[in-house]
Amino acid sequence: MASGDVWILGIHMTKFGKHADKDTVDLAAEAAMGALRDGGASMKEMGVLAAGNLMAASAGIGQQLQKQIGQTGIPVYNVANACATGATALRVAYMAVKSGEADMGLAVGVEKLAGAGLLAGGARKQDAKTWTPRGRYGAVAPVDGRVGTETMPGVFAQIGMEYGHRYGGTSFELFARISEKNHAHSTLNPLAAYQKRFTVEEIMNDVMIAYPNTRPMCSANCDGAAAAVVVGDAKLKSLDPDQRRRAVKISASVLTTDPWEEACQVLPNVNTLTRNAARQAYEKASVGPEDLDLVELHDCFATAELVHYDNLMLCAEGGAVDLFQSGATWRDGSTPVNVSGGLQSKGHPIAATGIANIWEVATHLRGEAGDRQVQGARVGLAHVIGLGSACGVHILERAAA
Amino acid sequence: MTNQVPLVDYLVLGDDPHLVANECTACAARYFDRRNACAACGGIEFTRARLATTGEVRAFTIVAFAAPGIPVPFVAALIDCDGTSVRANLINVTPDAEHVRLGMKVKLATYPLGADDAGVEAVGFGFEPLG
Repeated sequence: MASGDVWILGIHMTKFGKHADKDTVDLAAEAAMGALRDGGASMKEMGVLAAGNLMAASAGIGQQLQKQIGQTGIPVYNVANACATGATALRVAYMAVKSGEADMGLAVGVEKLAGAGLLAGGARKQDAKTWTPRGRYGAVAPVDGRVGTETMPGVFAQIGMEYGHRYGGTSFELFARISEKNHAHSTLNPLAAYQKRFTVEEIMNDVMIAYPNTRPMCSANCDGAAAAVVVGDAKLKSLDPDQRRRAVKISASVLTTDPWEEACQVLPNVNTLTRNAARQAYEKASVGPEDLDLVELHDCFATAELVHYDNLMLCAEGGAVDLFQSGATWRDGSTPVNVSGGLQSKGHPIAATGIANIWEVATHLRGEAGDRQVQGARVGLAHVIGLGSACGVHILERAAA
Repeated sequence: MTNQVPLVDYLVLGDDPHLVANECTACAARYFDRRNACAACGGIEFTRARLATTGEVRAFTIVAFAAPGIPVPFVAALIDCDGTSVRANLINVTPDAEHVRLGMKVKLATYPLGADDAGVEAVGFGFEPLG
């Protein structure tokens, strides 16, 4: 009897970091072939391919990948959804399988970002020779730096500060301690771009980017790819016991955008759409935040991690500072968060991130996470935010048998 | 001062500088940019609504590292002007965590950006500590 559930059959992430000798397609191929091998599947069995590469979103990474690993004529969906691109690709493959259009699907996210500097904003152009109003704000000159900031570290700094203003209890040191946790976690993850433990003092005394985010509190630009093979319930039942045993159930796959709110017109509000996605995901999966054995959330900056404790309802509303200070989100705590090292140390190859965080959770659910294994992990959640905005939340569960 | 032009079209200059928003006539949602329709209700008529020139800092960051060509450090902030959220720099304040605080009261201030080849001066805005 088919329940309509969709499972991850195979999944793979490359080492994150600098891959000077590999191009985007090499990394995508490594991840895709790794996921197929992990699931005991082949390109011939895939009914759909969803692929994301944000920095070259118009280049057709899906078709480029097919030419390297198998041109079978299946539909390709090239997706772009800011930092939620990987989760969007996974969800496209999930929807194709869920709808019954495909028995199996492949989702891939890849990015070459090592050495990239600040994203968004861009160099300020010289002011024009005559002041002429342009664009939807009728601006006579570039506004980044004149009317607030468009840089990501600055935008997310304000998001964390706004939480502090609303609920109190935040400080430069508190945000630095969140970063300390994730860098400490990364020392157990051989696939992380950086595996260096920092003291709080080192983090606070590092180069200031946008107060209160110093350099180690910002996500690390790097190269990397991740891919997943998804399979429907009926097809999974026909596969061999080893494949079934390692399959991980996608109990919820949710994508949301901003509902209209007053302030989100001015400063992105990453809270409401995350809360909406989490609420839908918990309901679909019939699990609650207290059931989660681990969470990989979008810590693009230390200031962001704090607000997402609250948005994902890991604590009571307004209780994120207390949750963190209780130690709950460390690897040995009651709700380990970002045991991979998170985006600050594992790295953030944008389009890969939304599948790499699924890989991390799935690897723990399979009991294959080595030194950083969260013992007895049964249920986990993966979250990403792409500014603009898009939020992806997936809840995963270990196979029953 | 007819030979002045505002940095953005929602800044009104003159003796009493202030910001204006495009307010949806149906639901009163406010926008600083031109909209094809209201994102809240779908309405297509807007009026110009004057904003309070004082407000409270609800969030800020001190940008120390920005894109090339942008002078740093500067303070970017979210200001609550009597219920309408405004994005702006904080100006006329020392850009450090000692002098900029969440919840501080601020007021609108303008400053010259310079003159163009035709001798027209562009005027920008920010918010400065009140009192």
